[in-house]
Amino acid sequence: MSSVHESLTRRRRAEMRFRAYGLAAIALAVGMLVLLLATIGVQAAGAFSHHKLQVSVEWTDNASGPTPPVATLVSRLNTIVREDLETVFPKAMQDRRSQVELHDTVSRLALLPVANRLSRDPPTSGSLFAFDVALSDDIDLFLKGSPKLTSTVWTDGVDSIEQTVGDSVELIYEDGGLLALQREGESNEPTLLLQMGGVVIRVASITDSVVSGKVLVGEVSAIDDQDRSGAIVHRVAAPELQRNVSDQQIAWMLVLQDAGRIKRTFNADFFTNADSTYPELAGVLAAIMGSVFMMLVTAAVALPIGMAAALYLEEFAPHNRLTRMIEVNINNLAAVPSIVFGLLGAALLINFLNMPRSAPVVGGLVLGLMTLPTIILAARAALRAVPQTVRDAALGLGASKSRAVFDHVLPLAAPGILTGAIIGLARALGETAPLLLIGMVAFVAEVPDGPNDEATALPVLIYKWSNGAERAWEPATAAAIVVLLAFMVLMNAAAVLLRRRIDRTRL
Amino acid sequence: MSDQPSVSPKVSCKGVDVFYGDQQVIHNVSMDIADRAVTAFIGPSGCGKSTFLRCINRMNDTIEGARVEGLVEIDGENVNAQGIDPVTIRSRVGMVFQKPNPFPKSIYDNVAYGPRIHGLVRDQMDLDEIVERSLVRAGLWDEVSDRLDSPGTSLSSGQQQRLCIARAIAVGPEIILMDEPCSALDPIATARIEALIDDLRQRFCIVVITHSMQQAARVSQTTAFFHDGRLIEHGETEMIFTNPADTRTQDYITGRFG
Repeated sequence: MSSVHESLTRRRRAEMRFRAYGLAAIALAVGMLVLLLATIGVQAAGAFSHHKLQVSVEWTDNASGPTPPVATLVSRLNTIVREDLETVFPKAMQDRRSQVELHDTVSRLALLPVANRLSRDPPTSGSLFAFDVALSDDIDLFLKGSPKLTSTVWTDGVDSIEQTVGDSVELIYEDGGLLALQREGESNEPTLLLQMGGVVIRVASITDSVVSGKVLVGEVSAIDDQDRSGAIVHRVAAPELQRNVSDQQIAWMLVLQDAGRIKRTFNADFFTNADSTYPELAGVLAAIMGSVFMMLVTAAVALPIGMAAALYLEEFAPHNRLTRMIEVNINNLAAVPSIVFGLLGAALLINFLNMPRSAPVVGGLVLGLMTLPTIILAARAALRAVPQTVRDAALGLGASKSRAVFDHVLPLAAPGILTGAIIGLARALGETAPLLLIGMVAFVAEVPDGPNDEATALPVLIYKWSNGAERAWEPATAAAIVVLLAFMVLMNAAAVLLRRRIDRTRL
Repeated sequence: MSDQPSVSPKVSCKGVDVFYGDQQVIHNVSMDIADRAVTAFIGPSGCGKSTFLRCINRMNDTIEGARVEGLVEIDGENVNAQGIDPVTIRSRVGMVFQKPNPFPKSIYDNVAYGPRIHGLVRDQMDLDEIVERSLVRAGLWDEVSDRLDSPGTSLSSGQQQRLCIARAIAVGPEIILMDEPCSALDPIATARIEALIDDLRQRFCIVVITHSMQQAARVSQTTAFFHDGRLIEHGETEMIFTNPADTRTQDYITGRFG
């Protein structure tokens, strides 16, 4: 008895341990998944919105002739934007370098959609024309918090401001106590900006009672008594040489933001634009359409052939050496690396059959071939899971073999087949390697109209964007990944819904 | 092989051998099965009674590697003759299986499936009538008449088995084969099926496989005892159970083996 008791406690402990392992494994898996999704989500969040500069101008029409071509409108708008910025920041005109820096804060190409709108629907002369222009990718990234900018309010009022040479100024705080500011400023945040009203001063050095620096924006004379009573202290986390936005540009943006000229908008362009060499203009629409066309071709190829093959092998084929060999080879095909299918596509479809390069039809055929074994295996497993009694019941009633299969076996196997098919298609949707080999990695700036047009696919786009040199490609890549994942979720949801519907109609 | 039924047999088997691949599982079985009577097949598991039963409606065709030799005739027509479609045989020979196996469809559709595929009906009224008649004959109508649309699988297993019988009857067969129809049922459901079998005897030639000696004694007029793929004894049920000719039959029905 006692030995049974002892072993019982031991067995119980073993069971508890086993359960704990299982729980730990699940917790780990869920944690990883959450971490993955959170990382992608946080990274992608930036790309779904974009900072734009609001510009409004009194529109003066060219009195003569029809609306000018779009290219002319773009340069005209560009001039308007530049002049607008130059009126706000006249000092930028003093030297060539800061003029270029100022012009670089907006994206010239982002004016194209505005110009398109303008040419379709020109405003009447003399009316106010307001439009938004996307800020450059680096400025946008900065406004989204990279490099990090921390702003605090410094409540000590400045007692006097002395302009020394040129833009250099000294702010004298008679009460002292500036060392606290200094300590923070000198730690590892090399850039310290003081903002007083519309004036931004870059701090060069701090003593206990004197701040000396350089005026980046505005005129010292414009600082009124109210502005003197305190200052906003901006700290930029990275030294100027390590970032793509200069102190000067940051100062401009601070003033523009204060003036309410900058707004963060939903980046609709991301979903309506094709690929671009400029990250702030790049969108996923072309890749989505490419992927959609490709999935259509893949499904059209893989589903009927896969189902027919599975049905024949499982329900009708005699079991002999030939069918066994076919079965083994289908299993082997399912394990073939996908890039091999890409080679096949390149050699057979493009070189031999002269099908177009970079076309979704070729990608779809290749992915269809790749998906075929997966679908066959899943469909066969689903068919095999249908109990023999169902076939017996139908055959016993005098149904022919094919009637029994189509009336009873197939409906019962349909949910399983569907799940397998969707898993196969989802795998194909996320496939990159074979598409690289058939030229779908090409830069395609236009949305494809059909499966024969040049196109790229979402995973390839992600691969390409992840190689982009500009830092703004990073959130764009993450956002494209989110779009891809959303498509996967959509496909799986469709599978679940279809399964439910089939289950319901089948009773 | 004594006491052949006096009336002309419905099914007549002569020298039937069945092979699974190279293995012979039925050895030279000859037997006549009477119409409008219940014949019980008894014998230990694996003795070949199911295999032999499936020769009658050619269900052995569906088993890979099965081969039937010898003569099986229904009303003098060889079921294995060339050019005979197993489908026509199976429309004449209904089958009920060990485990109730209604289709995962409504009760109505279960019964209507056979008539539909064989084109036995002209219109919906015909079909409704066949479904009702079959369910009435299977003794299920009163229990399900108000829920013909609910799934067949929602019935109790006894009801499911009667649904399967109704489904088989609906095609209008002449012979009904039952492969242990009560082995998955409780005693009450079993009693109902037995009463039903007794009832159906008036119209059909029925063959029942059973492991229950009492059941064989209760429902059948003729009993055949199989052992090791051979027909050991075949005769009137009363004779088999009271005065078996073969010692193996006696040993089996008294529970000494099997």
